[in-house]
Amino acid sequence: MTALPAHTEKKLGLVIDLDTCVGCHACAVNCKEWNTGGDLSPLSDTDPYGADVSGTWLNRIHSFEVTDGDDARLVHFPKSCLHCDDAPCVTVCPTGASLKRTEDGIVLVDEDRCMGCGLCAWACPYGAREMDPVAGVMKKCTLCVDRIYSEDLPEEDRIPACVRTCPSSARHFGDFADPDSEVSLLVAARGGYDLMPEQATRPVNKYLPPRERTVLPTLARSADDGPPLTGFWKWLDGALEKLP
Amino acid sequence: MKPAFSVICFTVLSGTGYGLVVWLALNALLQPDLALARLGYPLAFVMISAGLLSSTLHLKSPARARFALSQWRTSWLSREGIAALATYLPLLVVFWGLFIEGRHWHVAAVLAAVGSMLTVFCTGMIYQTIRAVRAWATPMTSVVYLLAALTGGGAFCVALQTIVGTPVPMPVSLVIALALVGLMATKHLWWRNLAAPSASTVATATGLGQPGDVSLFERPHVTENWLTEEMGFRVARNHAARLRRISQGLLAVPLAALLVSLILGVTDVPIPAALATGLFLLGAFLERWLFFAEARHTVGLYYGANHA
Repeated sequence: MTALPAHTEKKLGLVIDLDTCVGCHACAVNCKEWNTGGDLSPLSDTDPYGADVSGTWLNRIHSFEVTDGDDARLVHFPKSCLHCDDAPCVTVCPTGASLKRTEDGIVLVDEDRCMGCGLCAWACPYGAREMDPVAGVMKKCTLCVDRIYSEDLPEEDRIPACVRTCPSSARHFGDFADPDSEVSLLVAARGGYDLMPEQATRPVNKYLPPRERTVLPTLARSADDGPPLTGFWKWLDGALEKLP
Repeated sequence: MKPAFSVICFTVLSGTGYGLVVWLALNALLQPDLALARLGYPLAFVMISAGLLSSTLHLKSPARARFALSQWRTSWLSREGIAALATYLPLLVVFWGLFIEGRHWHVAAVLAAVGSMLTVFCTGMIYQTIRAVRAWATPMTSVVYLLAALTGGGAFCVALQTIVGTPVPMPVSLVIALALVGLMATKHLWWRNLAAPSASTVATATGLGQPGDVSLFERPHVTENWLTEEMGFRVARNHAARLRRISQGLLAVPLAALLVSLILGVTDVPIPAALATGLFLLGAFLERWLFFAEARHTVGLYYGANHA
């Protein structure tokens, strides 16, 4: 059913910490590794060993330069489905393949009903959905629904693959409907925010901003701009000038 | 947005066919003429069906299109499918009347015309409700779709009338001319809206600072992906202004000249009428191509686009 639930019992999602993400792409790699081998069709690659390699990914890591006066910093920016409360990708689906679950709020694609029209990917402002050219169906983050409820995996592995693999703990998984969950506390403490709030999608996933840091003086000035030399250094400077 | 040929064919051909159904119904009411109807309805049927078939070429798993009518509560694409199929019922009744009974069935003709306009409206709403593509997310989108279908259908109807040799009533010519003026005006406003700045910027997309402070340093991958191919289409924008003028010219000039000559009483013009209709159709294809090619999707902001 493509009608959005008025309320979900849980709101499972991710917190992504842009302060600690080191841009290693391990989350994307482990996501692809896990999700290409599950119950759904594989995440295909076209021309995988050629010059024009391209593939289907559920998680991609963009990098942005953020400038502030003389200061500039690099912010690595992982992006996957935000499991929006008002998910526009769900309501546009004509076949009922797109759905948002009432029990935990996860947005999923039922591949057996997807006709590959691509309209949901147009409706998503974030580019979280990608058409798989081989399977002919729409692919998106499942929040590793086959891990988080698994009874076969060890307890510590019952979290999304991207969270499990992140070496800098930049990714956190939990229930945003519970105000005392780790993710809710993180968002409250660090000012977690929504991407493109003006699109009125009410994303569940939140991003934590990079922390304030000490801005060091720039080294881009020429040597002439330095303080005037005195004493021995002034003599040495002059002596060096006289040499041929 | 990538201008998919199958979708352009669908929206232009089916849209024009649906528009023609409206004018044929009007003619059946005003001055019933079996010769015109027996030529016009099959032509409309072929255009509508060819367009609908073309739209299925856009699907990656067309066999599952059998589910596509199920989500009419929320999905305009589902509603469009239902409206399109439902319109076939009165159309078949019209055919029965024309070719078996040899008469006009006005109720069926009117129902087919209403279904036609509903279908075209649903098509427009599919695009109009995509907030992530700001160019489309305006009520003018469905108005343009409706007026383009009506004007195109009107051009075909008038051309058929000049070929068959039945007079075109002056009010009909005037209403088609009005639809043409409305189409041009709405499209002009649509383009003005396209040029206005979007609320979504790379700053809101990332939440990192102000628009001037944030720029893409590196893409996730070194090659193109489905998102950049599907939603990062750029080719047309270099020539957008020229292509707009060409499409406007093709849509407006020949058809306006034809309508003026009809209104002035010069009606024996089958060849210019066919030519004007062909040029209008060409302009409609170009207009629809631009509709996609010029539209920018917010996902571009994550791939270095300066604005959405």
